Amino acid sequence: MQKMKLVLVGNGMAGMRTVEELLKIAPEIYDITVFGDEPYPNYNRIMLSPVLANEQTIDDIILNSREWYAENNITLYTSARVNKIDRKNRIVYTADGTSAEYDRLLIATGSKPFMLPVPGADLQGVLGYRDIKDTNDMIETAKTHKHAVVIGGGLLGLEAANGLKIQGMDVTVVHRNEWLLDRQLDKTAGLMLQKSLEAKGLKFLLQTNTEQLIGNDQGRVAAVKFSDGMELPADLVVMAVGIRPNFELAKSAGIHCDRGIVVNDTMQTFDPRVYSVGECVSHRGISYGLVAPLFEMAKVCATHLANFGIGQYKGSVTSTKLKVTGIDLFSAGDFEGDAETEEIVLHDAVGGVYKKLVIKDDKIIGSVLYGDTTDGSWYFQMLRDGKPIHEIRDYLMFGQDSLGNTGHQGQDKAAAMTNEMEVCGCNGVCKGTIVKAIQDQGLFTIDDVKKQTKAGSSCGSCVGLVEQILASTLGGGYAPPSTSKAICGCSDKNHEEVRAEIRTHKYLNIPDAIKGMQWHTPNGCATCRPALNYYLLSTWPHEAVDDPQSRFINERVHANIQKDGTYSVVPRMYGGVTTPDQLRKIADVADKYAVPMVKVTGGQRIDLLGVKKEDLVGMWKDLDMPSGYAYAKGIRTVKTCVGSEFCRFGTQNSTQMGIDIEKAFDHMWAPHKVKFAVSGCPRNCAESGIKDVGIIGVDSGWEIYVGGNGGIKTEVAQFLCKVKTHDEVLEYSGAFIQIYREEARYLDRTVHWLERVGLEYAKQRVVEDAEGRKAAYERLLYALQGAVNPWAERVEKPNQYKEFETISV
Amino acid sequence: MSRWVKVVLLEDIPKLGARVVKNKDSEIGVFRLEDDRIFAINNQCPHKGGPLSQGIVYGDKVACPLHSWKISLVDGKAEAPDVGQTACFNTKVEDGFVYLELKD
Repeated sequence: MQKMKLVLVGNGMAGMRTVEELLKIAPEIYDITVFGDEPYPNYNRIMLSPVLANEQTIDDIILNSREWYAENNITLYTSARVNKIDRKNRIVYTADGTSAEYDRLLIATGSKPFMLPVPGADLQGVLGYRDIKDTNDMIETAKTHKHAVVIGGGLLGLEAANGLKIQGMDVTVVHRNEWLLDRQLDKTAGLMLQKSLEAKGLKFLLQTNTEQLIGNDQGRVAAVKFSDGMELPADLVVMAVGIRPNFELAKSAGIHCDRGIVVNDTMQTFDPRVYSVGECVSHRGISYGLVAPLFEMAKVCATHLANFGIGQYKGSVTSTKLKVTGIDLFSAGDFEGDAETEEIVLHDAVGGVYKKLVIKDDKIIGSVLYGDTTDGSWYFQMLRDGKPIHEIRDYLMFGQDSLGNTGHQGQDKAAAMTNEMEVCGCNGVCKGTIVKAIQDQGLFTIDDVKKQTKAGSSCGSCVGLVEQILASTLGGGYAPPSTSKAICGCSDKNHEEVRAEIRTHKYLNIPDAIKGMQWHTPNGCATCRPALNYYLLSTWPHEAVDDPQSRFINERVHANIQKDGTYSVVPRMYGGVTTPDQLRKIADVADKYAVPMVKVTGGQRIDLLGVKKEDLVGMWKDLDMPSGYAYAKGIRTVKTCVGSEFCRFGTQNSTQMGIDIEKAFDHMWAPHKVKFAVSGCPRNCAESGIKDVGIIGVDSGWEIYVGGNGGIKTEVAQFLCKVKTHDEVLEYSGAFIQIYREEARYLDRTVHWLERVGLEYAKQRVVEDAEGRKAAYERLLYALQGAVNPWAERVEKPNQYKEFETISV
Repeated sequence: MSRWVKVVLLEDIPKLGARVVKNKDSEIGVFRLEDDRIFAINNQCPHKGGPLSQGIVYGDKVACPLHSWKISLVDGKAEAPDVGQTACFNTKVEDGFVYLELKD
């Protein structure tokens, strides 16, 4: 089939974005020809200011190279201005006689700087600020001339002035209104901005109108004369008083225009074969000069060019940022307000911070932020979504962070962070390092970032933030990973898939599992093997083969490795209760093996630190106490308070309850460590509120809380249910832990698992489903049947000592 | 001068595991891969001196038990982005025994 012909007039951001969107959804339907009157391929016009400020180069801002056009079979004519459209025969012509036929035509001729119609406006040295040529002219002029006058104190004028100042010129900005950026800022913010810019060395003449530009005898501008009679020397005058849609070409072809090319909501002009996007259009009477609306138009237009016909452009709410380094301002919507609106204002004149929110009918309709724009995108999101704010109104002004972590999941926090701020506390990685790695090394995935920077590779609590940084750095180039992540680089399967396959195929050992599930590596890695080992054991208790080589050293030798390669020994003291005999024994062992430190742990027992590996078995033998599993992804301690036996406030015998729980669930492996606590009254001396399972005795029974955590991020346990009897405490808490053991991902604490499945799910499984609860509890007891103290086992089987023996030569 | 020293029976090193050999003041980790290849490297991670012999062995690498640096058993080099290298020793297996080449 012969392809249709699409001609694009205007090789700028809006037109080319439309082509890119079109190629994404329908790459095959058109032969595409592009005409651009500048001598460059498509570049990022909004980045001209950083070029002028020496922060970027022209090469940096090229969006699509000539090679890109060639690769996509797009015919590109540069320095080619189209000056005629023959709509009847569907041909466009350039001034030098090049022509191209079209089936569909896209006009994206952008805008032109508005040049004040004052005498002298045609002198040499008088420029608009629109393209690479203007930028280069300014840079060149700055090398040989001193005085610059920028007419217009809007976004473009201020960016030009800032750039010219950096290029070494003496710059005065002339502005007609009372304050700068009067289209974006209210007076307070405008004056603050002026102060900051004056500190950078810029000068301002406000409420001043230009009357005439005076030339010298070479026909170059030499001075600016104002309506009050004052004159300023000027070797360069930049007109930045506004833009006008560039629609002459369309108009000359008889396409209906008012202040721009008139388009409907599908970006179609009055000629159905002709579309138009960008600054040249007039949509519902509005012409836009910012990039975000143009991209929205491009997206809509592309769907229609692709014959999908689904997109509709309904206008844009815009927000603004000034690209002057060191100045933070943000503006969106109706920032002035009127009699119908309310305002919330925070103003710290000395600190240079000003925030204003304009509210109408319980919604944000406008915002100005100066000095601290951290929450700009958050406010803008609420503005666009029309979100009611009464629930958070009290906190609104203090920003997203003041809301805590509920409800917004930290969105956009990354964008607001400075480069020096630390992202990964474990590995000491700050945002700048991550951004640089993403840019310099072309990273696209979380795994790449983890590998190259280590951020998020340890405790993982910052992975969400890393993902946001990735997204904000790559912008549209970031494709979020599918919701369930692969277990590690050795396999494409995620944790849930691995668990399901272990169950259906009844894999009982690691080699079978790795082979059966087609791992990419011969024997996995240090990430997946411990997970697999746990999944096998928890799915097929008493049947699966435990592989010590797939366990972390601590679990392999039943002791905790320390920084110097020694180990710690922590015997169990059920419920934190000990006896003089036990203490004597521990003291004797500490003496005998010259233990460097004896410490009481947070879990109410005693830690013997600094033990050599070869002494471990001997110590276990002499101690003759059960292992405390202080090294395990499994049950650690059951912390208790004194309880009703002694405490004058105690309502329940929490100590005995704790001892019974610790004995019942002893030797239990789990996806991660599991900590219990039992308090005898609501004073909660055992800190049940920050444990995986926290139990609190009340007059009428026991309250069970789940999902608490005192670790990296403190999490308060949530109320699961209240039960009456001692046996019910065991059954309910046991069932909860068993479901966690069967369904959580390896290295998930209970809180992480609950975050995913929700407390309601746990309640439904444990509280409401009585039969399910009983069955789960039975499964846990079955899994623990016959489990033995691993220390005693090692002592009794000397042939397993080899691991502990050092060979001498 | 270097010499070959008989250190241990191959079967006394667990597969995907290691044993520690004391040589004067230093320790050498002797590793056995799944295919019975034997590698020996200095038992000190280039990061913070962690005992590499205690790490999880996979492929021809070991993950240090202290901070999970991945060290190649073949050349002792740390996997990127970490940078560092630990010393390697030649090994051979004869009649079921593992030998180490040690320098005097």
